[in-house]
Amino acid sequence: MRFLSIYKTVERGVPPSHVEIAKMGKLVEDGMKAGFLLATEGCLPSALGARVRISSGKLSVTDGPFTEAKEVVGGFAILQANSKEEAIELAKTFLQAAGDGECELRQLFEAGQNACADAAARRA
Amino acid sequence: MTAADTHRAIDAVWRIESARIIAGLTRIVRDVGVAEELAQDALVAALEQWPESGVPDNPGAWLMATAKHRAIDHFRRNTRLERKHEELGRELQAQQEMAVPNFDAALDDDIGDDLLRLVFISCHPVLSTEARVALTLRLLGGLTTEEIARAFLVPEPTVAQRIVRAKRTLSEERVPFEVPRGPELAARLSSVLEVIYLIFNEGYSATAGKDWMRPALCEEALRLGRILAELAQREPEVHGLVALMEIQASRLGARIGPSGEPVLLLDQNRALWDQLLIRRGLAALQRAEELGGARGPYALQAAIAACHARASTASETDWQRIAALYEALRQLTPSPIVELNRAVALSMAFGPAAGLELIDTLASEPSLKAYHLLPSVRGDFLFKLGRFVEAQAEFERAASLTRNARERELLLERVRACEQGPSHRGAE
Repeated sequence: MRFLSIYKTVERGVPPSHVEIAKMGKLVEDGMKAGFLLATEGCLPSALGARVRISSGKLSVTDGPFTEAKEVVGGFAILQANSKEEAIELAKTFLQAAGDGECELRQLFEAGQNACADAAARRA
Repeated sequence: MTAADTHRAIDAVWRIESARIIAGLTRIVRDVGVAEELAQDALVAALEQWPESGVPDNPGAWLMATAKHRAIDHFRRNTRLERKHEELGRELQAQQEMAVPNFDAALDDDIGDDLLRLVFISCHPVLSTEARVALTLRLLGGLTTEEIARAFLVPEPTVAQRIVRAKRTLSEERVPFEVPRGPELAARLSSVLEVIYLIFNEGYSATAGKDWMRPALCEEALRLGRILAELAQREPEVHGLVALMEIQASRLGARIGPSGEPVLLLDQNRALWDQLLIRRGLAALQRAEELGGARGPYALQAAIAACHARASTASETDWQRIAALYEALRQLTPSPIVELNRAVALSMAFGPAAGLELIDTLASEPSLKAYHLLPSVRGDFLFKLGRFVEAQAEFERAASLTRNARERELLLERVRACEQGPSHRGAE
């Protein structure tokens, strides 16, 4: 199964240090080496982003930075795991290197799995 | 955290960490069987202690340290007096390694080398193919004997015995724990790739399997391939194999219809193809090609798969390129199956007559005698050429050869279309 890990952290307003960049690079490399990290990206400051919203059919756009939020999305990863527990262990390892913040883990819909599950349900 | 939660967490940690632990231990004790036992001891210790103490912050390091302590105990038990000095030296080495923090780059590089050694020893040619597969899944995949047995539809004791014998053989033959160098490397690497692709195919061909373990083999093979690609970055065929598996796996969700029936590649809904895996596959293929490996057997097959992956509709497929790639593959690894595929590509690229010309040279091929796809493909060419009587005979023959009920149904439909002749040509 596959999980989306959304990393949320307090925005510090300073670019990461060389040490932090190296640490994160090493973490990504290890993840690739261990075969579980399918994709990952990190975000630039929220000042460069925007929130686009629709409510009762009415669109609104809010430019960054998202100062009212305590924690903002700092990046994401797509993890290959055999169980939710495995994804949790991977997220723990990531957080220990990334520093304060949280990872929201969400299992991703996969067409194949569901086709299999449907077929299995029909046979049963 | 309940005890059940802790057990699930331990399972997860084991799946993530066991290969690295076994690999590190094998370097110290020089015996895969002993190393696995020591790692299992550490797992048992975790099962005893973690429900009480909680899961440690760095569970992998905990397991490794515990296993290394067991390794030292193991040496103490087995040490004879005259070897005491040497053993102490090793103990010291083991203890020093234990003192190195987990994130230290030097140790991590070692772990990478150890893992690679573990891959090579698990796929050593001194072992039978079945033994290599079982040992690889066990030591590198962290799968239990029961899971391996379920995945391969064989009794559990059979798998257990294969693994025990394999470990004994490696020990008796004193197979060194090393990455082969020089001329030996190519042959040994191809044995590793063969094992990984075999695991993948076992899962990939199991669309009819009821057990989730069989499709899980695809993921396991992909994981092993991805690990190998990072450990042996300069080897183009490793990237070729990874590319082939990523692209094939990208279609997993599209190859079964709503009632469980197989859907052929050209009929698949391409919106269901996994674009993430396709991107990864194309990137791996590019790496293989940049390393000068475009003509390797796995890279060629991956290149063919990539032609399909790049086409957003079936009609946009570059069949001329596919035909050329099959031609290159035929020169490298000639086989009737490759020829059959090449005939299909030729017919798509240059018309059914071109395909028919090639397929007629395969008519007397003994290995294809009972293979339903030969008459089925030939029937298709004849049908497209308007030779309905001959086509009908081929479809009837194909229907009598296939063991798949759904496929037989489709072939009999084509038989009926032949009876109706030209008015139903649109049905193709």
